[in-house]
Amino acid sequence: MSESTRIDPDRPEEVVLAEAVPAPRRRTRWQTAWRELRRAPPTAWLGLAVIACYVILAVFAPVFAPYGQNELVGSQYEPWSEQFVFGTDQLGRDMLSRLIFGARNTIGIAFVTTIFAFLIGGSLGLLASILGGWVDQGLGRLVDVLMAIPQLIFALVLLSIVGPSLINLVLIIAVLDSTRVFRLSRAVSMNVVVMDFVEAARLQGEGLRWIMTREVLPNVLPPLVAEFGLRFCFVFLTISALSFLGLGIQPPTADWGSMVRENATLINYDDITPLLPAGAIALLTVGVNFVVDWFLHKASGLKE
Amino acid sequence: MNAVLRTVLQRLGLGIVTLFVVSIIIFSTIEMLPGDFARAILGQSATPETVAAFERQIGLDQPAPVRYLEWIGGVLQGDFGNSFASAGALGGGQARTVLSLVVPRLENTLFLAGMTAVIAVPLALTLGLLAALYRNSIFDRMVNLVTLTSISVPEFFVAYILMLFLAVRYPIFYSLANVSADTPLLERILRCALPSMTLVLVIVAHMMRMTRAAIINLLASPYIEMARLKGISPSRIVYYHALPNAWAPIATVVALNLAYLIVGVVVVEVVFVYPGIGQLMVDAVSSRDIPVVQACALIFAVAYVLLNLLADIVSIVTNPRLLHPR
Repeated sequence: MSESTRIDPDRPEEVVLAEAVPAPRRRTRWQTAWRELRRAPPTAWLGLAVIACYVILAVFAPVFAPYGQNELVGSQYEPWSEQFVFGTDQLGRDMLSRLIFGARNTIGIAFVTTIFAFLIGGSLGLLASILGGWVDQGLGRLVDVLMAIPQLIFALVLLSIVGPSLINLVLIIAVLDSTRVFRLSRAVSMNVVVMDFVEAARLQGEGLRWIMTREVLPNVLPPLVAEFGLRFCFVFLTISALSFLGLGIQPPTADWGSMVRENATLINYDDITPLLPAGAIALLTVGVNFVVDWFLHKASGLKE
Repeated sequence: MNAVLRTVLQRLGLGIVTLFVVSIIIFSTIEMLPGDFARAILGQSATPETVAAFERQIGLDQPAPVRYLEWIGGVLQGDFGNSFASAGALGGGQARTVLSLVVPRLENTLFLAGMTAVIAVPLALTLGLLAALYRNSIFDRMVNLVTLTSISVPEFFVAYILMLFLAVRYPIFYSLANVSADTPLLERILRCALPSMTLVLVIVAHMMRMTRAAIINLLASPYIEMARLKGISPSRIVYYHALPNAWAPIATVVALNLAYLIVGVVVVEVVFVYPGIGQLMVDAVSSRDIPVVQACALIFAVAYVLLNLLADIVSIVTNPRLLHPR
């Protein structure tokens, strides 16, 4: 979109080029997106398809699931059959239904946590770069300290204090993960706040809020979007790991990490059922990573 | 040499400050305990006298700075206090010290981590170097795809797949890594095979990608281009021109991934029921045995800080610009 050299204020949809060549019609946003997509590598397509499937499954979980997520429908550890496609779990709940509801619960919780992390880290990062001075120093040192302890270990310590509950889990992971978002958003917006238009806005007497949301934020958005994908994967894996350890999302909520833990003994009887929820986690993170990889590759201007 | 020494000392000082701050954070977590914590540990049936005695025992009747000094003083002498788990047993029996719980398990974890590092580091550096040298070849693309996949899947997925195929379906290795202090070395290695293989797969992927990126970055710099244009042989370019500047990024990559190993070890130990410090920590978190949690967290955090410190120092002392000042 930045290829336009001058835009006629009366007719913004037409690009007026400096030379007198026939002006190409400016593409709409959707056309540009479609053009980029067609050029995307197969891995990115695969990733997008996977994400789309998961989102549909998560949104329409009750439609797809044959049984309720906590409904006791059979005896425990029933094998795969017509009635129970992937068998039943340790309490006799249908595995397939729990897998489908697990998509909703696990992805939903990770998504909300990532959004919190971005709201906290992103706004503080912008604030630090705009205000500078002791605010910047203070926040920077605080983040350094929080990052000096491995994240999973820190989360374990905090969980042992406050006890594992959903709200505690979401808040702890969001705060710990916001440190990474803070670093990135501060670093990116540092390059923006020194620009003339921010100075102009300041001289115009615009408030802090305006400068943050209207002047700086639009210019730092693209790298933050790519980071969102990466951070989502990381949060998703951390929450799954904690659930797997029995300290994350608590039963009876259907959640993939806990499902692996609850059915893990089946592995010793040569049954691949416990691999299904683990595989569901793996497939989604691989998909997101493929898309992010393509996005970053494009954003870096195909340097390699 | 003076400049090198000064920078190293500065970095060491910063490292000590970091360790100090980390110890304060881990200590102060106990300050965030909710008021009814003693009751939660001792159970609902505890009398007010037992609760008061327990609070006195863990020192909640003293001001925080005093307790911090006592705690850190003890830690420096190897005394982490007593485990809550035995204190909960209402006066009966001798309280177990945290140290007696931690030490044997720390040895086990160090064994597993060491075994993993010995395999993973050379493998990852070689693969990363090859991928960088043969960039955009089929080999590079394949390696890129495989490693991108394996860094994005959870550790327990890799672990259970290995367990299913290499222990259950084809019983080559043990599916459980339950070693004890008197397990002979050979059997210990065999029992650790699957856990360490899991860690190797995850670590190698990370380390290889970072090595590749670092080397590519380096080979793109103008002085390498100059050396190439002079007609120097590729091996000489790598050894004399690239490598002296490559030590710093390589050391960073290795240290970062060994630090990552610290976290990965927690999940893998739980999967294979390996009696290491990660599993101890998870158990302590579930039973809210705070002194044990603090000790484990402190050990993990110190290892993490020290590894990062080591990487920084290696990159300082191998930096040609500092070694040969103008």
